[in-house]
Amino acid sequence: MNAPVTETRPSGADEQRNAYDLSRLPTYGFGAKSPMWWGTLGFFAIEGMGFALALGTYLYLLQLNPSWPLAPAPPDHWAGTLNTVLLLASLWPNRVADRNARRQDLGRVRRDLIVMSLVGLASVTLRLYEFTGLGVSWDQNAYGSITWVLLALHLTHLVTDVGDTLVLAALMFTRHATGKRFSDVGDNAFYWYFVVLSWLPIYLAVYWLPRW
Amino acid sequence: MSDAAPLPRDLPRDLRDTDLDGPALSERLARIWGTGRGVIARLSSVDHKVIGRRYIATAFLFLFLGGLTAIVMRLQLARPENGLVGPDTYNQLFTMHGSTMMFLFGVPIGEAMAVYLVPLMVGTRNIAFPRLNAFSYWVYLSGGLFLWISFLLNIGPDVGWFAYVPLSGPEYSPGKRADVWAQMITFTELSGLAVAVEIIVTVLKQRAPGMTLDRIPLFVWALFVNSFIIVFALPAVMLASTFLILDRLIGTQLFNPAEGGDALLFQHLFWFFGHPEVYIIFLPGTAFVSAIIPTFARREIFGYLALVLSLIATGFLSFGLWVHHMFTTGLPQLGAAFFTASSMLIAIPNGLQIFCWIATLWDGRPVWRTPLLFVCGFFFVFVAGGLSGIMLASVPIDTQVHDTYFVVAHFHYVLIGGNVFPLLGAIYYWFPKFTGRLMSERLGRWNFWLVFVGFNVAFFPMHISGLMGMPRRVYTYGPEMGWGDLQMLSTAGALVLFSGFLVFFWNVAASLRRGDIAGPNPWGAGTLEWAAASPPAPQNFDRIPLVTHREPLWAERAGLPVATGLSAAYRELVVTSVAEAEPQLREASPEPSIWPLVAALAVGATFIGSIFTPHAVLWGLPPIAAALTGWFWPKGTPEDEA
Repeated sequence: MNAPVTETRPSGADEQRNAYDLSRLPTYGFGAKSPMWWGTLGFFAIEGMGFALALGTYLYLLQLNPSWPLAPAPPDHWAGTLNTVLLLASLWPNRVADRNARRQDLGRVRRDLIVMSLVGLASVTLRLYEFTGLGVSWDQNAYGSITWVLLALHLTHLVTDVGDTLVLAALMFTRHATGKRFSDVGDNAFYWYFVVLSWLPIYLAVYWLPRW
Repeated sequence: MSDAAPLPRDLPRDLRDTDLDGPALSERLARIWGTGRGVIARLSSVDHKVIGRRYIATAFLFLFLGGLTAIVMRLQLARPENGLVGPDTYNQLFTMHGSTMMFLFGVPIGEAMAVYLVPLMVGTRNIAFPRLNAFSYWVYLSGGLFLWISFLLNIGPDVGWFAYVPLSGPEYSPGKRADVWAQMITFTELSGLAVAVEIIVTVLKQRAPGMTLDRIPLFVWALFVNSFIIVFALPAVMLASTFLILDRLIGTQLFNPAEGGDALLFQHLFWFFGHPEVYIIFLPGTAFVSAIIPTFARREIFGYLALVLSLIATGFLSFGLWVHHMFTTGLPQLGAAFFTASSMLIAIPNGLQIFCWIATLWDGRPVWRTPLLFVCGFFFVFVAGGLSGIMLASVPIDTQVHDTYFVVAHFHYVLIGGNVFPLLGAIYYWFPKFTGRLMSERLGRWNFWLVFVGFNVAFFPMHISGLMGMPRRVYTYGPEMGWGDLQMLSTAGALVLFSGFLVFFWNVAASLRRGDIAGPNPWGAGTLEWAAASPPAPQNFDRIPLVTHREPLWAERAGLPVATGLSAAYRELVVTSVAEAEPQLREASPEPSIWPLVAALAVGATFIGSIFTPHAVLWGLPPIAAALTGWFWPKGTPEDEA
C-alpha cells in the first residue's frame, strides 16, 4: 500500500487555506485558561489520592485495634490547633495575592508574597513543634507510625509550597517579574488552597479521632 | 535528531507564521523547535518525539530483558528436577520478570506511545510541560537501571513482583533486596504520574482549534482515560512501597501485627493499585486497536460514542475489583460476593468494545496488512484470557486454582493479548511515522505467526498444568507429579515465541536502513499525525490544523484548513478551551534545558541513598531544590519573556 489511498497534503504546502487568525490572542492567562492551572489540578488529584489513602490506612488501623490510641494519652493538640488557625487565616492573604496577581500589581504582589513566605515558614516551624507533642514515637507501634506518617506527609507539601513561594518572591524582585510570572503567582496561590484544605481532615484524624 | 544550528535569537520578536511560507517557514520553525547536535544539547532535548522515541526504545529494551528472564525460567522448568538455576536465582528471576514487565515495560510503553503520538494526533507542537517530560524519562531510566544493576550485583529483589509482607518485611528479608524493589517502584511511579499529568493537560488544553470532545481520536481518548487511572491508582503503590521502606529502614510498625499493624493492609494498598494496573496496561492496547482498525477497514469506527463511554466505564470499574486478588485471605463473604459481581460487570464495557471493532471490520473492506493481523491475534488471545478471567471471578474456582499455573496462563493471555499483540501491530503501523520507512511485510507475517503460535503453545498448556495442581513460583518439581510433558511443551512454545520477537527486532533494525520510503501517509489513514511529515519535523506542523471532522484527513481531501498567527521567532503554541477547543491563548513552550536531567540525578541519588540511611532525604533536599530552581528560573529567552 505504498501508494497513498487518500491523497493528503503534508503541512507546509504553500497553498494551505488560512482559515483562522490566532495572532490577537493573549500570551498568558489565569485560572482555567492556563495549562499550568490544570497541571496543578492534576497534582492535587495525585497528592489528594495519597492523602486519602493515608487517611484510609489510619481508619483501617483504628477499626482493627480494640483500643485507640495505642498510647497512654491522645496527642497534645494545641500546636496543631494553632497551626490550623494560622493556615485558615492565611487563606485571606493568599486570596489577596491571587487577586493582585490577576491585576498585575507588582508592588502589592511583592508584599503579598513576602507575607505568604512568612506564613509558610511559621507554619513549618509550628509543624516541627507538633511532632514533639504527639506522645508516641514512630517506631513504638502502628498508631505512632501512622500518626507520624500523616503529619510528615503533609509537612512535605508545606515545605514544597514554602520553597516555591520563596523562589517566586525572589523572582518578583528581579527584571523577570513580567507577564506570565503573574500567572505563576496565581498558580502558587492555587496550590496553597490545596495545602490548607488537605490539612483539615488530617488535623481531625491526628488530634481528634484519638479523643473520640 | 534534527540537525538544527544554534538557535537564532536576533529575529524580530513579532515574526509570525503569516510572514513566511513554504520551505522558509518550515526551516525557520524547525530551527526554533529543533534539538541541537552536541551531547549537552541532546541531553537537554524537550521535544516530545525525541523523548517519546527514547521511552519506546527503553521500554522495548526492558521487554527484551524481561523476556530473557522468562526464557531462563522456562528452560529450568522444562524437565523435572532440572539443575540449570537454583532456588535463590529462580526467586530473583521471577521477581525481576514480573517487576520488569509490569513497571518497566507495561505502564511505560503505553505512556511512551502517548508521549510520541498524542501531541501529533491533537495537532499541537509539543506535549504540555515538556521539561517535566524530559525529567520523567530520566527518572524512569534511572529506576530501570537501578533494578537491573542491582540484579547483576546479586542484590536483585527475590520477593515476587508484589512483594507481600511479611516476606518482604524486615524480619524475613534482611539485606537490601526488598528495598531495591520498593525504591524501583518510587522511581517508576514518579515518572508514570508525571507523564499522566502531561497527557491529561495536552488533551484538555492543547487540542487543535475545532477538535471538540466528539472529534478526539479514540486513541487519544483511551490514553486520556488511562492517564486518569494512573493518577488515581499509582499513589496507592507508592504509599505501599514507602510504608514498606519505612518499616524496613526506620522501624515503623505499619505492617507488623504484633504492634497494631496489619499484613493484609499491604495487600489492600497494593491491589488497589494492582488491579487498575491491569487496565493501565490494557487501555493503551485498545488505543492501538481503535487506531488500526478504521485505517485498515477503510471506514470510520462503528460506535464511537459507545467506545468512549466503555473506556470511561472501564476506568471507573477498574477501581472496584481489587479484592478479587485476595479471595483466599479469608475476607467476609459479603465482600467476596460484591467483588465477584464487579469482576463480572467489567466484562460488559470490554465486550462492547470488542463488538464495535468487529462491526467496523464487518462493514468495512479490510486490508490484511501486518498491523491488522496482530489486531486479530489480539481478539483471539484477549478474549480467551477474558473467559478464564470470568472463571476466576468466581470464589470457589479462584480458591481452587489460586497461585497455580492456571492463573499464570490467565494473566499472560490478558496481558500479552491485551497489550503486546496490539503493541506489535502499533509498531508496524506507526514505524513509518517514527522513521520515514515501512517495515518489511514478509518478515511481519513471520513475526506474527511465530508469536501467535509460540504464545499459544507456551501458555495454553499452563491452564492444564494449573488444574493439575502445579503451583506458581516453584523452581522445580518431582517427576512423579506428572507435569513434565506439559512443561516441556510450554518451554518449546516459549522458544518459538522468543524467536518471533527476534524476527521483530531484526525487522526493525533492517527496515531502519533499508525499508521502503513511506511518505507522510502510507496507509491512507485519517488522523492528524499522518498530516505531518515522516518522520515529523521538530515543529510537527508548519501551521496548526483546523479540525472539522473526526477523521480530518478523510474529510478534507483538498488539504487541511489551518489556523495562523503563531510566532515564527520563538516556541509558541495555541492553547484551547476544554470542551469546544476554542483558541484561548498563544503560549510560549519551554525551550531545551539540562536542568531536568540534573534534577533527575539529584532525585535518583536521594532515592538510592535513602535505602541505606534516612538522612539521605535531608542531604538530598538542597541539591533537588537547587536543580528545580535552576529549572524554573527564567533565562531571559524569548520563551521566558513572552
